[in-house]
Amino acid sequence: MAEEKTDSTGYWKANVRLITGCLIVWAFVSYGCAILFRPLLSGIPVGGTDLGFWFAQQGSILTFIVLIFFYAWKMNKLDQKFGLGE
Amino acid sequence: MSQFAINLLFVGASFALYIGIAIWARAGSTKDFYVAGGGVHPITNGMATAADWMSAASFISMAGLLASGGYANSSFLMGWTGGYVILAMLLAPYLRKFGKFTVPDFIGDRFYSNAARLVAVICLIVASVTYVIGQMTGAGVAFSRFLEVSNTWGIWIAAFIVFLYAVFGGMKGITYTQVAQYVVLIIAYTIPAVFIAFQLTGNPIPMFGMFSTHTESGVPLLQKLDDVVVALGFRDYTADVDNKLNMVLFTLSLMVGTAGLPHVIIRFFTVPKVADARWSAGWALVFIALLYLTAPAVGSMARLNLMTTVYPEMTGQVEDYEAASSEPILYEDRPDWIRTWEETGLITFNDLNNDGRIQLYNDANPEFAETAEARGWAGNELSVNNDILVLANPEIANLPSWVIGLIAAGGIAAALSTAAGLLLAISSAISHDLIKTMINPKISEKGEMLAARISMGGAILLATYLGLNPPGFAAQTVALAFGIAGASLFPALMMGIFSKRVNNKGAVAGMLTGLILTLLYIFTYLGWFFIPGTNMLANTPDNWILGISPLSFGAVGAIFNFAVAFAVSSATEEPPQEIQDLVESVRYPKGAGTAIDH
Repeated sequence: MAEEKTDSTGYWKANVRLITGCLIVWAFVSYGCAILFRPLLSGIPVGGTDLGFWFAQQGSILTFIVLIFFYAWKMNKLDQKFGLGE
Repeated sequence: MSQFAINLLFVGASFALYIGIAIWARAGSTKDFYVAGGGVHPITNGMATAADWMSAASFISMAGLLASGGYANSSFLMGWTGGYVILAMLLAPYLRKFGKFTVPDFIGDRFYSNAARLVAVICLIVASVTYVIGQMTGAGVAFSRFLEVSNTWGIWIAAFIVFLYAVFGGMKGITYTQVAQYVVLIIAYTIPAVFIAFQLTGNPIPMFGMFSTHTESGVPLLQKLDDVVVALGFRDYTADVDNKLNMVLFTLSLMVGTAGLPHVIIRFFTVPKVADARWSAGWALVFIALLYLTAPAVGSMARLNLMTTVYPEMTGQVEDYEAASSEPILYEDRPDWIRTWEETGLITFNDLNNDGRIQLYNDANPEFAETAEARGWAGNELSVNNDILVLANPEIANLPSWVIGLIAAGGIAAALSTAAGLLLAISSAISHDLIKTMINPKISEKGEMLAARISMGGAILLATYLGLNPPGFAAQTVALAFGIAGASLFPALMMGIFSKRVNNKGAVAGMLTGLILTLLYIFTYLGWFFIPGTNMLANTPDNWILGISPLSFGAVGAIFNFAVAFAVSSATEEPPQEIQDLVESVRYPKGAGTAIDH
């Protein structure tokens, strides 16, 4: 019983760490690259405009998709590792 | 065959399909009715979620918003997709593990309080009802434009179709019709976009075409667009915004609002396992992105097409934009699609200087006023409603008439699929949370089904009534629905999962704080209950606190919700042990089983 408890605590901590990492990337591409850092990226040309514009209209969305699938894949491995899957 | 007959054929065929599905997918139990039996494949659910999510606003209005606002309106793109990241990581899997039927179910049980449940029910109903009005009016517009019936008849037909599959099939009927509606709407959206991208850039994939070279001028498309609009006194299409704080908060409000909207969350209760809820969110975003990556291309290309239609001299390589932008076309020579849309009143021309030419420029720009005066222009003469860009696309690109029929079916599919999802969220909150949980827990399975069907019917009648008599605030739906979902529901759900310490008092105080602050801020600038003239301050950036617009306030409301909930909880007692065990259990997928009845 005690061991199971530690296991599930470890699982939850690993999950929260993974979420934190993913959300840092999530915020970096959208609030960072697409909005706040856009002036800094204005030197990088992309198809007639700059990298910040690309992130605002396409880059963020593509990153979001990758993030969700990455999270789902990592969590499946975590479920198995801790024996908490269904 | 006439255009009318083709439109009728496409729309009629799509309706036959939806009704066929309704007959096949009748709900036999409350579990069928609320969560489609709980056995929907994650990819199927992803597709249904995409249709559930993409409303008449996404299908019809978003490209127009991007076309008129350029970079500044990118918030819609990021906000309405980024919400799925937080939904997939912070809410969906745990709420699926919890395994009940509705969003207030979780809030009421986790915070062991019927007050919390009631607040959640009220937030859900207000957010969903305001949202559904836009769907009904959107369907009405699509019907009246393409099927030559009156707006009123259009709304009644839409209501009747939704009634057929939502009342009999519940979530089960809705799920499978949404899949069909997704297929219809994505094909309808993509085909004209592909043709337009190919015509302008030689690249048939719109999302790549947008960043390629404009064939006729030899310069990149977006640079060409910047040059053209600037020559007429408009802001650069790609221009940066000055108020970054407001853009960040607006994007964040749309994201937390998206994650907190009940009609989206309940879709994730229909998959068999916790892991499926995670995958399904990814698939939903893939299907949404197919449209959202195309929308900015449609917006920018349609804007360029419109400008070069009016100023043909600006189409190809231009040496002197000053000269090229002074020669608009004669009104007599306008293309057919402008004539068609003038009949609907969505494009209007007013020859202010009586020269017979169409002057389309930014007459609100003081720096351009001198140029305009020197040219003898007396003001902008052509007003184009943003919403027609997608609907008029096939005509602008000279596509065959069956594509127009497809667009008609697609616009109606987008409106109906979202309306059905919202109506289910409303009716399940009434029959399950109010009647079964709070008023009469002894109600039988059969009785609850009947209550669910009656409340669904009632919700459809209410939505139809509001669609026929839209209140003045229909256009403010975005602020209201996203503000409420983001400031009240999202934080409560997230704290319920990620904190064991937040108790009943903290949650109720937090939700009410978020809700009331957000409503106060919106009403201050947009009028009490949106009644025109009752706003206390003019809705201009100078009056906004720290430059935060009422549309962006949901994120601020959410922050206050978190702060108050934690403060009140830490000053009062811990939640009882069984509630802490409940939180523990939703965190681990093991033992989820299928959605349970109680």
